[in-house]
Amino acid sequence: MAFASVAVGLVFGLIGATAKLSNSVIARGAATAYTAIVRGIPELLLLLIIFYGGSLLLQQIWRSLGGDSYVEIQPFVAGTFTLGFVFGAYATEVFRGAILSVPKGQIEAAHAVGMGRLQVLRRVMLPQVWRFALPGLGNLWLVLLKDTSLISVVNLNELMYNSRSAAGATREPFTFFVAAAVIYLAFTIVSMVMLQYSEKRARRGVRQS
Amino acid sequence: MDFQLMIDSIPQLLVGVWMTVKLVALALALGICIAIPLALGRVSKNPFLWMPVYSFIFIFRGTPLLVQIFIVYYGFGQSESVRESIFWPFFKEAYWCAIFTFSLNTAAYTAEILRGAIQAVPHGEVEAAQALGMPRLLMLRRVVVPRAFRLALPAYGNEIILMLKGSALASTITLLDLTGVARVIVARTFAPYELFLIAAVMYLVLTLIIVRTLKYAEWRLSPHLRPPRYSD
Repeated sequence: MAFASVAVGLVFGLIGATAKLSNSVIARGAATAYTAIVRGIPELLLLLIIFYGGSLLLQQIWRSLGGDSYVEIQPFVAGTFTLGFVFGAYATEVFRGAILSVPKGQIEAAHAVGMGRLQVLRRVMLPQVWRFALPGLGNLWLVLLKDTSLISVVNLNELMYNSRSAAGATREPFTFFVAAAVIYLAFTIVSMVMLQYSEKRARRGVRQS
Repeated sequence: MDFQLMIDSIPQLLVGVWMTVKLVALALALGICIAIPLALGRVSKNPFLWMPVYSFIFIFRGTPLLVQIFIVYYGFGQSESVRESIFWPFFKEAYWCAIFTFSLNTAAYTAEILRGAIQAVPHGEVEAAQALGMPRLLMLRRVVVPRAFRLALPAYGNEIILMLKGSALASTITLLDLTGVARVIVARTFAPYELFLIAAVMYLVLTLIIVRTLKYAEWRLSPHLRPPRYSD
């Protein structure tokens, strides 16, 4: 679930960052509106809009196309899409910062030695953008991990939903919610260790003071 | 789109807005009161002081707010001792549960922000205060904390907005905040677009107000960074 959302989110983020830095006024405006709106409304509300509103919209489109069966968005799809959408908005800002912090001289130097646009992107920009963006993306990943719990509100069988039904069945809510909290904490610790490792790896070419 | 419904439901949603504002404001106020001692404990060198504070912060930042709010609202009632203690009338109410959870949650995040700010206070200023013979508490009160506040303001602004968005979770424990009211009306009218979109707009407006206020506060608190105004 979280992985799928990150994949969707990274795509949104990269598109958003490119749009924000592009020369086209329309692309820039659209990207700015996207980040401003998504960052301004609660994830829960967005999830509700996409889950309930989205299925209604799809239904209407389907009806007008002549279909008469019942269309419903799977909670998993709605959840992944929402979280990816939100992640993308924040990631846009992270990527924008990272792209801007690649020294201009290096890009010029790469052009000067005759690298093509794609080559510059692959050999010079991406390795460094990755390094600059990693701490920010790491934070976003931790936020996302916790936001997955929201999807239980639209009844998807994830960790939180399961602990809710277990709590309901056994009448021991405290035990099960604490268990859920411990599992989330364990995920957080594992992610933090992995993030530290990959940050170190991305930094291996940089002199440490 | 049923615009009539949108307009008709605005008064009810505004009641929800008021609830949301109340929740957020109270939680932030309590949160910052808890956060200041926490942040000071976090930077202390005494392991008996910083270790418990660190684990408190880690636990609150490492688990979802939804889990925390469920533990408090549904979970606390499980044990006899809580139900018989004097706190029970307090934890019985969804409203106070939400305030309790939100305050502790935002306190953990704020403490971490303040810690960064405290450590960013220029060392020279601390030394100068010490050289003047200020006792530790006076120095904290007069030099470190006010300075740290200014440094923490942008990050704290983010935290306020996160809190505003987090407050939507109060709707999951039956509270009628903005999201809660919208969900109730949706359940009655089955018009998810109209209600949720208008609620989204209201959240956006709230966010905008917060952002503007913070910009102004930042401007007020940094007169030394403003370009000088020459009057002649």
